[in-house]
Amino acid sequence: MGKPKTIIEKIWDRHVVHQEEAKPDLLYIDLHLVHEVTSPQAFEGLRMKDRKVRRPDLTYATMDHNVPTIHRNVIKDQVSKTQMDTLKKNCEEFNVPLADIDHPDQGIVHVIGPELGLTQPGKTIVCGDSHTSTHGAFGALAFGIGTSEVEHVLATQTIWQAKPKTLNVKVNGKLGKGVTAKDLILAIIGKYGVKFGTGHVVEYTGEAIRSLSMEGRMTVCNMSIEGGARAGLISPDDTTIEFLRGRRHAPKGEEFEKAAEQWKSLATDEGASYDATLEINADEVEPQVTWGTNPSMCIPVSASIPTPDDATSANEKDEITRALNYMGLEAGKPISSVNIEHVFIGSCTNSRLSDLRRAADIVKGQKVNPSVRALVVPGSHSVKIAAEQEGIDVIFKEAGFEWREAGCSMCLAMNDDIVPPGERCASTSNRNFEGRQGTDARTHLVSPEMAAAAAIEGHFVDVRKFTVPTA
Amino acid sequence: MEPIRVHEGLVYPLNRSNIDTDQIIPKQFLKRISRQGFGQFLFFNWRFNNDGEPREDFSLNKPQYKDASILVAGENFGCGSSREHAPWALQDFGFKVVIAPSFADIFYNNCTKNGILPVVLPEEKVQVLMENAETSGYRIHVDLENKRVYDSNDFEASFDLPEYQREMLLNGWDEIAVTLTHESKIDQFEDQRQVF
Repeated sequence: MGKPKTIIEKIWDRHVVHQEEAKPDLLYIDLHLVHEVTSPQAFEGLRMKDRKVRRPDLTYATMDHNVPTIHRNVIKDQVSKTQMDTLKKNCEEFNVPLADIDHPDQGIVHVIGPELGLTQPGKTIVCGDSHTSTHGAFGALAFGIGTSEVEHVLATQTIWQAKPKTLNVKVNGKLGKGVTAKDLILAIIGKYGVKFGTGHVVEYTGEAIRSLSMEGRMTVCNMSIEGGARAGLISPDDTTIEFLRGRRHAPKGEEFEKAAEQWKSLATDEGASYDATLEINADEVEPQVTWGTNPSMCIPVSASIPTPDDATSANEKDEITRALNYMGLEAGKPISSVNIEHVFIGSCTNSRLSDLRRAADIVKGQKVNPSVRALVVPGSHSVKIAAEQEGIDVIFKEAGFEWREAGCSMCLAMNDDIVPPGERCASTSNRNFEGRQGTDARTHLVSPEMAAAAAIEGHFVDVRKFTVPTA
Repeated sequence: MEPIRVHEGLVYPLNRSNIDTDQIIPKQFLKRISRQGFGQFLFFNWRFNNDGEPREDFSLNKPQYKDASILVAGENFGCGSSREHAPWALQDFGFKVVIAPSFADIFYNNCTKNGILPVVLPEEKVQVLMENAETSGYRIHVDLENKRVYDSNDFEASFDLPEYQREMLLNGWDEIAVTLTHESKIDQFEDQRQVF
């Protein structure tokens, strides 16, 4: 028996193509996901040097960031249209498979990878998008890269990477009723800050993680980057295997059983050590709401908005003051008293079928508050169709939600789904940065359940106490 | 990319922590398909008000920083999105060096692929640079060969960065060309690669 290893080391060691003193390792990439925003300059770079895509069969493209979510083929913004046309042209020229805007497999790149079974345990996965960490939920080593690295992977199917440090984020206990994976990851970032994971790959472990569905695990891994970690992952188990069984790109029949054995053997060995460990008790986590301008600025829904006097340093005081000012919030007031004008249920964090189901359970038979505009943007075309087959669209529409086509939409507002200046949005996305959902827009990150309840009440409410009023 | 060995330039201090890439370049400017011309959008929402007029209260708009080429910022600079448009915007605006107590991983990497030098200095040193740069015309030298930062008075600090990235920056190498020197190893890896 060798030294016990973490899953991170196991995947790493299997992908080293070349190793040399005082250099990063050259790692092989098993899956390269591509979208319209961070790829045009990479393809152009290939063209200028007369280079080819080395492995189009390990590359998969879709369009998600820019796409309209109302009328699929009405793209008013010509610059957006050019960017989408460019991806199409590049995929044709370089033989890269593309789920185009009207393709049945189209969707947010981090939703469709798992959905199609392209995302598998043990793979190295990259994409020119920081939320590539999502795929780590399957026990894959998945991380975001810049456009120069996109070009590099297209040309060589490899990437130079210094071996990262390993960080165990151990989640003890169980999440309470009405408390979700989203609340958990927000609470972790709230407790440990926006850079606890810098220079590390995070492995999430512990009872609460094991109890999460694959969708919940994706939500947790998705936001690893908001804690500074390029990659976050979870050792595969039966939940992982069962999710992948029957997926289009997963192995079939006996091959699948063989693969499943291999996948399970990737799990971190008993007694393996990490460079660092952080812990959190799931039992203590409440539904969270962000109040500020980065994801660590979050509080339980029962709490009050922090005041600059709570700060422990001059720098932090300054940050709280700036954030309160940008967000137009009064320090010390309960967060539940804050009124909202928009609700966005969607994004690579929370737009999968189970997210929509749980939100629909809250919304059923209710009406969206007259002061609120609410939209649901499914993560993929397949999610949309599946939800429609279950009648989820009808629940949302009858309540007054807009039911849209798949895309990144209001998470980053590159298309027409924008929060106007000064207005406030309860959003199931991942970033509450200044201007993220529109210039001077104010974002509060929450779970789908919390967003649904806020849509109905017009302000934040503790979803655990939210009961359907009798007519 | 352009090699960078020693750079001497004017310092612009931006004393904020956790400056994310959405601030460096907002998303509405990510739709272009070329690498050029992003400088005009740098810190757009901080530099301009909603009418497109320069905001007087944002220090980068002050004439004294017009020719700045060295940005000094707070910790965790460049957090958030992987958009390489952030270093493209900084570079196109005229910045060649960014100094901070810490950087987000993807942004740091992206800088080194574009000939921008990210320099990590201890918080105290960064604060000294911030204060000095409040005075008009404060210039420093950043010497990548010797991994030193100094001014014409008594400021002096050393920094470190991975040797691989230092070499890439010093030589301005095309990384893909470097990798392709190992192409036979990639071929070999693919021959033996396990696919489940």
